[in-house]
Amino acid sequence: MSRWMQGLRELKGYPSAVGGLGIILFLVALSLYTVITIPYSEALDRWRGGDHWQMNPVNAGPVWADRLLGGNLPQTRVVESDNADVREAPFEGGKQVRIPLTFEYDNEGFPSELNLFLNQKGTQQEAFVRLTWHTPSGETISLGGRRVSEEDRISISQNRALEGRLGMVPHVGLFAGDSGPADSKAEQGEYRLTVDAMLFDPGAELEADLAVYGQVHGLAGTDYQRRNLMLALMWGTPVALAFGLLAAVGTTLTTLVIAATGVWYRGWVDALIQRLTEVNMILPMLPILVMVGTLYSTSIWLMLGVVIALGIFSAGIKTYRAMLLPIREAPYIEAARAYGAGNARIILRYMIPRILPVLIPTFVTLIPTFVFLEASLAVLGLGDPELPTWGKVLNDAQEQSALYNGFYYWVIAPAVLLMLTGLGFAMFGFALDRIFNPRLRTQ
Amino acid sequence: MTAEEPLLQATNLHTWFELRQWGFLRVGSVRAVDGVDFELAKGESVAFVGESGCGKSSLARTLLGLHNPSHGDVIFEGQHLSELKGEDRRQYLARVGYVQQDPFGALPPFMDVRRLLSEPLIIHGVKDRDERERRIRRALEEVRLTQVDEILPKFPHMLSGGQQQRVVIARALLLEPAMLIADEPVSMLDASVRVEILNLLRRIQKERGLTLAFITHDLSTVRHYADRIFVMYAGRVVEQAPVERLLDNPQHPYTRALLAAIADVDADNALDERDVPDGEPPSLLHPPEGCRFHPRCPRAMEGLCDQQDPPVFEPEAGHYSACWLQDPERD
Repeated sequence: MSRWMQGLRELKGYPSAVGGLGIILFLVALSLYTVITIPYSEALDRWRGGDHWQMNPVNAGPVWADRLLGGNLPQTRVVESDNADVREAPFEGGKQVRIPLTFEYDNEGFPSELNLFLNQKGTQQEAFVRLTWHTPSGETISLGGRRVSEEDRISISQNRALEGRLGMVPHVGLFAGDSGPADSKAEQGEYRLTVDAMLFDPGAELEADLAVYGQVHGLAGTDYQRRNLMLALMWGTPVALAFGLLAAVGTTLTTLVIAATGVWYRGWVDALIQRLTEVNMILPMLPILVMVGTLYSTSIWLMLGVVIALGIFSAGIKTYRAMLLPIREAPYIEAARAYGAGNARIILRYMIPRILPVLIPTFVTLIPTFVFLEASLAVLGLGDPELPTWGKVLNDAQEQSALYNGFYYWVIAPAVLLMLTGLGFAMFGFALDRIFNPRLRTQ
Repeated sequence: MTAEEPLLQATNLHTWFELRQWGFLRVGSVRAVDGVDFELAKGESVAFVGESGCGKSSLARTLLGLHNPSHGDVIFEGQHLSELKGEDRRQYLARVGYVQQDPFGALPPFMDVRRLLSEPLIIHGVKDRDERERRIRRALEEVRLTQVDEILPKFPHMLSGGQQQRVVIARALLLEPAMLIADEPVSMLDASVRVEILNLLRRIQKERGLTLAFITHDLSTVRHYADRIFVMYAGRVVEQAPVERLLDNPQHPYTRALLAAIADVDADNALDERDVPDGEPPSLLHPPEGCRFHPRCPRAMEGLCDQQDPPVFEPEAGHYSACWLQDPERD
């Protein structure tokens, strides 16, 4: 329709439309990228947490924020035995293995945690491992020894005896050098952790990976379960857009068709629709959603269904009815009846298209309200139990007292994305309003 | 009147609108059309004349099937309109074209001309796009919109009033109707295009042999475009006659008053007071007893006109009038 094309061409004249459209396109592109690169099932699987994230630090901030403020906080380093100069010495009934795990440490800040992951293959026998820490200044600290099973994790940070000896938590103490914690700067240079292992099977192999966890991680940081927040922020985009769009389409279309049906048939049909709307208008949406979420399920699709179901007889019916009433009496509708147009055709082809242009802007600005609704539900603890969404991130942040603990990024990133969504659709919608709503036209 | 069967026949036609309070209490009826009988022959052009509110538009809509008659019936080509259902009813609607008063309002503003002209064809099952295009082009040419390619993609607001009305007429002709009902087809047009549109309607009527029913309140144009005239007052036909005879020799006092009200452009008349009946058209909710015109009639006879409804008299052959003055048994 040339009227639509004309409207779209006019959009170029409104900077807010171009800006809003830019934001929306960015979000759509991000959604597509996310859905393509991280499949749905994989996203759900990863967000459940667990081993996938074991090399990530806990509650690390975004790297760029630290660098922007001139900081030099460490990122996570993983030193693998595959790259180390491993020496083996066989003995009767087994072998002795020495794995030197060497790494360069050039940050001033301390690591947030130290873990050693051991993986013994080819035997059921437990191995014995002894660890020695070498600092750049030549100091040697024994970290003790222990038996390890097939797959094991030695949490050096959790070593209470070591903490007692060092007088501070190991991941600080081991990096503090001579200076002590007073000036709280890590000693820079080459560190080495020597893993001396006794394997009681000649065919056994031992892999050792040392994780020196940093204080910053990636673009968005990590949460208390070591999960990369980027996953939730990225996957939150398609979820939010889909929820907002489907809810807006679902409620607007059904409402519009129902309003037009009532206006067209009048009589008891109209009266019934009006009464249902009035009853529905006094039903509180949020408490009903909370009830459904608490008593039944918090699946996002169920929530979407309830939102649409409650939105069908929403207050919009009153507005649309007021707009459609004069259209019902329009001569062109009388003409259509005179050439034999049926009821459905009149409602769908003659009445609704007449007010559609005026509704497009409302529709666009309606999308973010549903995005916010979904986020609100998640913040209230009624988010989808499996899907990573912006609201879920906020909910986690709130439960972990993120702001109290200074994990500002945990709250800011999803909040900014939510606001960006609202801003983009609002800017675009208001510009559309000026184009399609004749009363707001300037020329 | 010809001997052959009339194309359309209205018998004792009533269209009443019920007034309701709180949706169910009946508080009365508006008698928009209240007992109308007439016959329209094939290929005839007739005019329904009357003040606004006399029920002529309601009559048109009843003939179009937009209102259901409360009593009586319309018989079209031998079929009773009230008995038509579903497909038959749609066929009937195709046989009667409708030209409305407000050409811009009569065209859906969000459809271009091609689309809005396709609509009746789509509804009546013309599925082939080329066939539709051919019929649309033929209809547009018939209404003298010759630059078809320019007109087709335009939206109604881009057309002039005359062009809009031509599109409306083209739409009415698309379904090959046997009859056209034109409800004040020129009253909202510029004076400059009125005659063109009236001539166009007359020419199409003659070429196609259509029955054309004009609804108008303007007696001055009727002479050239209609064969017979029906004068309506308060939901009834008070006088009907061939156009010349009615204009030259009106029988009913109301017709005389109407004719007297026609503007006569003559400088000598500038200061003349005209003899126009006082008062207003009667309430259709509670029409007056007896003859409905009697409260305004300069020749009303007390004891007769205000008590008894006049039957239809035939003072001359083919000239009918519902007025006690024409009662041959009077005096």
